[in-house]
Amino acid sequence: MNIDLNFIGIIIAAVMASSVPLILAATGELIVERSGVLNLGVEGMIIIGAISGFAFMMSTESIVIAIFGAMFAGIIISLIFGFLTQTLLTLHVPTGLALTIFGIGVSAMLGKNFVGLPGKEIPVFFENLDKITFIGPILFGHSIIFYFAFVFPFFVYYFLKKTKMGLIVRAVGDSHHVATDQGINVILVRYLCIMFGGAMSGLAGAYLSLVYTPQWIENMSSGRGWIALALVVFATWNPLKVLVGALLFGSISILQLHMQAAGVRIPVQFLSALPYLLTILVLVVISRDDRKIKLNTPNSLGKTFYKEN
Amino acid sequence: MGSLIKIEKRNDISNSILLFSPVLAIILTLLSGAIIFYFLGFQPLEALKIFFIIPIADLYGFSELLLKATPLCIIAIGLSFCFKTNNWNIGAEGQLIFGGIVSGGVALLFYNQEGFFILPIIILTGALGGAIFALIPAILKTYFNTNEILTSLMLVYVAKLLLDYLVVGPWTNPEGFNFPETRMFSDSARMPLLFEGLRIHAGIFIALMLVALSWFIFFKTFLGFQMKVSGLSLKTARYAGYKGKKTILLVFIISGACAGLAGVGEITGPIGQLYREISPEYGFTAIIVTFLGRLNPIGIIFASLIVALTYLGAESAQIFLQVPKSIGQIFQGLILFFLLASDFLLYFKVKFLITQKKNEY
Repeated sequence: MNIDLNFIGIIIAAVMASSVPLILAATGELIVERSGVLNLGVEGMIIIGAISGFAFMMSTESIVIAIFGAMFAGIIISLIFGFLTQTLLTLHVPTGLALTIFGIGVSAMLGKNFVGLPGKEIPVFFENLDKITFIGPILFGHSIIFYFAFVFPFFVYYFLKKTKMGLIVRAVGDSHHVATDQGINVILVRYLCIMFGGAMSGLAGAYLSLVYTPQWIENMSSGRGWIALALVVFATWNPLKVLVGALLFGSISILQLHMQAAGVRIPVQFLSALPYLLTILVLVVISRDDRKIKLNTPNSLGKTFYKEN
Repeated sequence: MGSLIKIEKRNDISNSILLFSPVLAIILTLLSGAIIFYFLGFQPLEALKIFFIIPIADLYGFSELLLKATPLCIIAIGLSFCFKTNNWNIGAEGQLIFGGIVSGGVALLFYNQEGFFILPIIILTGALGGAIFALIPAILKTYFNTNEILTSLMLVYVAKLLLDYLVVGPWTNPEGFNFPETRMFSDSARMPLLFEGLRIHAGIFIALMLVALSWFIFFKTFLGFQMKVSGLSLKTARYAGYKGKKTILLVFIISGACAGLAGVGEITGPIGQLYREISPEYGFTAIIVTFLGRLNPIGIIFASLIVALTYLGAESAQIFLQVPKSIGQIFQGLILFFLLASDFLLYFKVKFLITQKKNEY
């Protein structure tokens, strides 16, 4: 009986681990969208974070520098998007797509010399406690990014609901004209939110290349950025629901991996397609209720803001 | 003193800037390309020559340019219908693959037969396959209010995995030593080659026909007019009796069919069978082509040639400079960045306040 419980604990830990990058990227993007900006470049920012984190780790052997380096790289590349959409007033959708294409290209370029290298050992917390039955593997023996991911949505929830800055972000996203009449610098707020989203996507990428599969593989984000974007809609722009959604996706990916390993008589490719099909299904179920989506979508989402002066 | 630069919204879009901004974007892309090559440790002009000129310096190179521009042009023509009406179909890659799967399946049925009727059936089923695959996000958008960007993109992954399943599983070549590929198609299932020794095939005529057809629809039919108005102002279009849902379904069918045709062109043209990677992300790159071509059929011809060059240039850079192929994607991203940025001049006037004041006094 004990062994079973431990196994379940390990499975739950695996589900949580696979949902970490989704939580980080989706919660970051949620702030961006709450400020009225639709950045479709999440996939590109994640992959840039992944290669930067790995490169910093290999050259400095410092996890701190690797993590902050990845976040910094995410910020830099998000600033391209910010400059184009906020200062040069470009359309959000194609700009985000360009960011993804650009990010994938740049990451493959930067990663040329890192392909196939084994990653470095990452410090984990409470290593010895993970022998405790069931709760051991769930709660202990994880990296700092893991723990951060599971408290992060609560912070963002508090920030949006209870702080003045959070109110400003929501105001900017719901009506940039009213916000600007209140003396809020809409463009500045959006720049900051975009940078925040970039940092979080960068961190998600760092988790992939440093912790989840500690090596650099081209295109290793494999659509997680897009799933993160879907999660924001699924969560109806509520950070706590992002957590639920990410765990749901985590379970599906772990479930399909275990079904593959167990040799279930379903072709591997069909199992691998499950997370993507589930994304579509979930989006349909959530979006069917027209009013619910309209109530929760930031009103200015994806609209270009131009201030007459 | 406030900011020195004043930005003013233009009341009407200037036609000269409409043509000028793609040119500006290409010049800026070349400039930043030179900078990138410089930092990679190459002589910038030499590297740019290897990227942009060497690949098309001879007849074979030029024919390869046309070969790669063909699918880009076909997909972009379809996407222009979507983007004109603010439908963000970004899953053309999936529609291309699904069209390839359906038409490839038909081609495999006739693998040991010859006949003039085979190729037309393959072409039609390919278009049909792409259209059906594009209908999924369209129906989800119209009847379930679901965001088409995300659904169409997710379906790309599904199509890729389906193709992977078929070529390693049920459709794999029985005499193929377990390679992940199908049998070769029969000669009747292949696009006729235009010249001996070159890979360029009859698919280019499909592209040109679609260009002409879309030009006619955009500028000479009521449907084209409706699409233009609905893209500019949905309210106005509704007032004029525009049926939103029908148009959404229609533009998705058109763009899916086009992407499917591009898939047919690839598998019956240069490839001749099905395997895992029948498209080097033409479906995504075509989005750039559509914007660079200003959603205009003639513009798309030029844009597809320019963007096709980034594929050839990347191969050439890989061979002569030992730079990863992904440099092509960097250039593609840059073109789109600069194009969107140049559009700033399209919608806004930049005025320098200092000169203005001098004029006043």
